Amino acid sequence: MKRYTWKTFILEGGMLFAGLIFVIPFYILVNLSIKDPREQSSSLVPASSPEFDNYTDAWTKAELGHAMLTSIIITSISVALIVLISVMAAYPLARMGTKLTNRTYWLFLCGLLIPFQLGLIPMYQTMRDLNLLGSIWSLIIVYVGLQMPFSIFLYCGFIRVLPREYEEAAWVDGASHFLTFWKVVFPLLRPITSTVLILNVIFIWNDFLSPLLYLSGTSNLTIPLTLFNFVGQWVSDWPLVFAGLVISTIPILALFFSLQKSVMNGFAGGVKG
Amino acid sequence: METSPVGQDHVSVAPIREKAIGLRKRRSLSFGGLIYFVLPALFFYLFVVIVPSIRGSVYAFTDWDGLAQDFKFVGFSNFIGAFNTKQSHHAIVVTLIIAVAVTVLQNFVGLLLALGVNSRIKSRNFLRVLFFTPVVMSPVVVAYVWQFLLSPNGPVNSIVSFLSAGNLRPSWLGDPNLALASIIIVIIWQFAGFSMVIFLAGLQRIPDEVLEAAQVDGATPFRILRYITFPLLAPALTINLMLSMIGGLKVFDQAWVLTGGGPSGKTDTVSTIIFRNAFQYGEFGSSIALALILTVAIALISIIQYRPLLKREFKS
Repeated sequence: MKRYTWKTFILEGGMLFAGLIFVIPFYILVNLSIKDPREQSSSLVPASSPEFDNYTDAWTKAELGHAMLTSIIITSISVALIVLISVMAAYPLARMGTKLTNRTYWLFLCGLLIPFQLGLIPMYQTMRDLNLLGSIWSLIIVYVGLQMPFSIFLYCGFIRVLPREYEEAAWVDGASHFLTFWKVVFPLLRPITSTVLILNVIFIWNDFLSPLLYLSGTSNLTIPLTLFNFVGQWVSDWPLVFAGLVISTIPILALFFSLQKSVMNGFAGGVKG
Repeated sequence: METSPVGQDHVSVAPIREKAIGLRKRRSLSFGGLIYFVLPALFFYLFVVIVPSIRGSVYAFTDWDGLAQDFKFVGFSNFIGAFNTKQSHHAIVVTLIIAVAVTVLQNFVGLLLALGVNSRIKSRNFLRVLFFTPVVMSPVVVAYVWQFLLSPNGPVNSIVSFLSAGNLRPSWLGDPNLALASIIIVIIWQFAGFSMVIFLAGLQRIPDEVLEAAQVDGATPFRILRYITFPLLAPALTINLMLSMIGGLKVFDQAWVLTGGGPSGKTDTVSTIIFRNAFQYGEFGSSIALALILTVAIALISIIQYRPLLKREFKS
């Protein structure tokens, strides 16, 4: 099992073949995006003279710069609020152990069972009545609320197995609740905070349905929504469309490639709780 | 206990120590003011999840049209409508097919990939990252890439046509059955890496000693897989099955982008019907009835997933 045998070699070949199936769509995506639209060769044939006109075209025609800014603003405000609010709630819920906190935690857990489709239409109506349709704040409020159960669940699980000694030491030294929490507990939570951050960033950055609902027809379009409108307009011009797809995927892939291990561990650990 | 050169000093030290211990006890017990830290989370959660969900559950039994202030209760007629209307009945069937097919195939592929990259092969780290890359991408982007790959003159058809000597050129997104299969394939391509990562975490928790002991005892690789690896993977499998089933039941993005529910509503899912009926046709009652059906299905599956956890919570 520890040595590299001919069986391992065959397995390596098989796995690389599977890898090829995963690579080909990426190859075609990039290859087509740097092709001259007039070039008639198959999308599998490498571009004869790679050019980046499609990229500048897509950037201006789809207003991707604006979309990226909107996505960055919505994602960062939402995720900052989610982390701050959920960790604040999780600390007493995990530590106090009274009837009230147990029942509140239980109420939050119910959220894990409710799909957002159920509240989708009434929530939309409320946003309309509050005149928030088309504003990025409608989306941020929705994300913060939707992501509370899962984030609190992850934080509580982590805090419960955290030794109390650090907090008690700070306590004995006379630190206030807030100071103990902020200066002692929160830094100790860094591993789970990074999981909460990563999972929420990827979910919010990629989300399509909520922006489609709350931001359609306004100038505040997120990346997925912008792409949806863009392709609707230029559907026959695949090189242009693909350049747009590549540009809009670069930020999330950069995040993933720079934090490979934490991202994959976050997904594996996050769902297990 | 610290020793002091002069015996009498003990007398004066003791009360101070006692006082310190008393202080520590009293302070460590008081988490009291912290309860207010829960309020912001509770506010957002009630506002976005609980209140709209309760309102949605009530509206499902009314003739509310999304605009009017008044509505009357109509019993179960929205639900009967959801099952009797050809369009939504078909969407329920399509959603179930997607959910079951994705659950079975995504986990099968994910398990094979996990076993592969958990071996001694040299490319294992590279392949782990590669297989996982689609997971972090937007389903919208992935769906558009595949829309091109599966287009009538696209690369997939070049290969199919080459292999069949020019006889076959299927209309992947135009034929209802193939369109449904295409949606399933795209979902599996994107999320097999997700199942892989969860299986991989399960595999890595199996102690090496157990596997080595079996090997020393002369177990064949197949028997090791059958009698050691798979039973120990059960928790990872449960999580994977539940998550892919729930994801399959909720599917919206891929259907909306890849086929738009077409051809002629043949690949509409429950989620695309909810969206279309409510926000394009203004039929809120039937939409919410469908959403409630979806909710009950998902809640039942989630309860199975979270059962160990919920048991623990109930006890405390």
